[in-house]
Amino acid sequence: MTDVTNLRDRPAWLTLDKLGVLIALIAVAGLALPFALLKANRIVPGEARGILDGLPGGPGFLFLALLIACILAALLRVPNLVKLGASATALLALFLLIGVAASNLMPPENNYARVSPSSGFWLLVFANSLMLADVLTRLRLGPWIRIGILLGVCVVVTLLLWSGSWNDLSILQEYATRSRAFWQEARTHILLTFGSVAAAILVGIPMGVLCYRRKALRAAVLNVLNIVQTIPSIALFGLLIAPMAWIAATIPGASAIGISGIGTAPALVALFAYSLLPVVSNTVVGLLGVSAAAVDAARGMGMTRRQRMLGVELPLAFPVILTGIRIVLVQNIGLATIAALIGGGGFGVFVFQGIGQTAMDLVLLGAVPTVALAFAAAVVLDAVVEMIS
Amino acid sequence: MTIGNLIRLLVLAVLIALLMRPDLFAGFFALFAKPGQPVIYNQGNLLAITISHLLIVAIAVLGSTMVAVGLGILVTRPAGAEFLPLSRAIANIGQTFPPVAVLALAVPVLGFGTGPTLVALFLYGLLPVFENTLTGFTNLPPRVMEAARGAGMTGRQRLLQVELPLALPVILAGIRISTVIALATATIGSTVAARTLGEVIIAGLLTGNTAFVLQGGLIVGALAVLIYDALSGLERLLMARQGRGVAR
Repeated sequence: MTDVTNLRDRPAWLTLDKLGVLIALIAVAGLALPFALLKANRIVPGEARGILDGLPGGPGFLFLALLIACILAALLRVPNLVKLGASATALLALFLLIGVAASNLMPPENNYARVSPSSGFWLLVFANSLMLADVLTRLRLGPWIRIGILLGVCVVVTLLLWSGSWNDLSILQEYATRSRAFWQEARTHILLTFGSVAAAILVGIPMGVLCYRRKALRAAVLNVLNIVQTIPSIALFGLLIAPMAWIAATIPGASAIGISGIGTAPALVALFAYSLLPVVSNTVVGLLGVSAAAVDAARGMGMTRRQRMLGVELPLAFPVILTGIRIVLVQNIGLATIAALIGGGGFGVFVFQGIGQTAMDLVLLGAVPTVALAFAAAVVLDAVVEMIS
Repeated sequence: MTIGNLIRLLVLAVLIALLMRPDLFAGFFALFAKPGQPVIYNQGNLLAITISHLLIVAIAVLGSTMVAVGLGILVTRPAGAEFLPLSRAIANIGQTFPPVAVLALAVPVLGFGTGPTLVALFLYGLLPVFENTLTGFTNLPPRVMEAARGAGMTGRQRLLQVELPLALPVILAGIRISTVIALATATIGSTVAARTLGEVIIAGLLTGNTAFVLQGGLIVGALAVLIYDALSGLERLLMARQGRGVAR
């Protein structure tokens, strides 16, 4: 019992935060591991460099002090806002200073050398992101604030890119040598994702309404779509090659509008097929969840079946339908990467080129925008779903 | 026998025949190969590749299930309650990562081969199982929990005899999602030199041989559908059992 009284005498913030211990362990490992890697060229293994190698003198020590302060903030039960400030500042400093460290580490007049963030950097980012995510979850922010934070992060990243402070990082050197191809593939990726989702919405919602009205149809359609969704993406892309090539060869004008066995067309069709299940099934579930009283009231007002569907049932089911669209959008942003394997383009081009050349910076050039896009789409749509429901 | 079971049996029979005696299907696949191209995948035994593919998936899913269910149990105990909000957030945010990206990012750490594929499958597989374990353990019927506590069961007894059996169908749904994702990601794993069925598809894509693409695609597709179907069946079985239990 003496323990308990001891605890009571101590101020509340001086007790250990269990989650903080985990975060602190990750951060300490991050401090111990190399901060950056200096490579003689883009494919050889690099040499480890610490924080003080990259940031000699005062700035390096200040940065270390900030990171250690952040670990302390994680360990103790300080107010959430303190944790928020500490982790956000640490993340900002990490992303700003990795660019500065890269510039400092880069040997002068050497076009082949590469500096990339190393395991230490990533672990520190991970630890601070965990802390930030925990605080943000606990604060239960409203949807507008979440979108605002996302916009803020976008602005900071744009500023960092625009200011050129990241230009000596290996991933941006990969970008510099193929900036035109990057934007070309970015456009293709967006087209594949949003094109397939838009088509799935246009086809899926009417299909969902039909399945809702005809119970016999419902099980059959949902089962078929379920099977389609189960087939691994690359297999589905591959299975579409033969029929698409057949369409291109037999239907006049089909190849003129870009339909062929490989390329963007089968990728778009496959992504569309994957998107149908969540849209259709969420439309059905949403419509089934509409209260009978609301439908009755609409009927009592003399609305026709069509008016009831468009004016009452679909709007009431919309939050559920939008959740389906959110699932599809995030899923397709990721799946579109695989389209590169059948010549469909998108960010996957860099991922698979990078794997082929064992150039990991090139893999990152494809993977980072894909992850960022998927994450942003999830945050925005989650917020919208919350706003309307 | 219902029509559904007949179709299942037929798909399984064709799949096994294709794996054991691919030459029986040469006539069909010849329709898709250009003249002079090999009709049946000739850089390895289809059965051996399929077994390797399934083994990678099985090891990864087994590993992620054990770790994810363990973690899920930990954070839903009173002692781990502090970890619960962040755990939910991680399970949610983590699933926005495309599996391909996880695979590609495992390569710099682990090099090429089966290793990075296994690790990527394991890591990604954790999320659906973890999320569903959390859902399963936090949505238990309060009256049943009350009754278990009232019957004087210890925390351990409640976990093993009440909570785990009740949450099992939901956890199994997570395992099913993990397995389907793992099957698909393992296919892409052949781009980082893992021995999986993706190599058949990719060999076909590289040489413009649609017959190879079709073989690989059909085998992977059939496997995925059959496994998904079997796991859904198991889930329904468990649910039905519980339904009976509650009715009594």
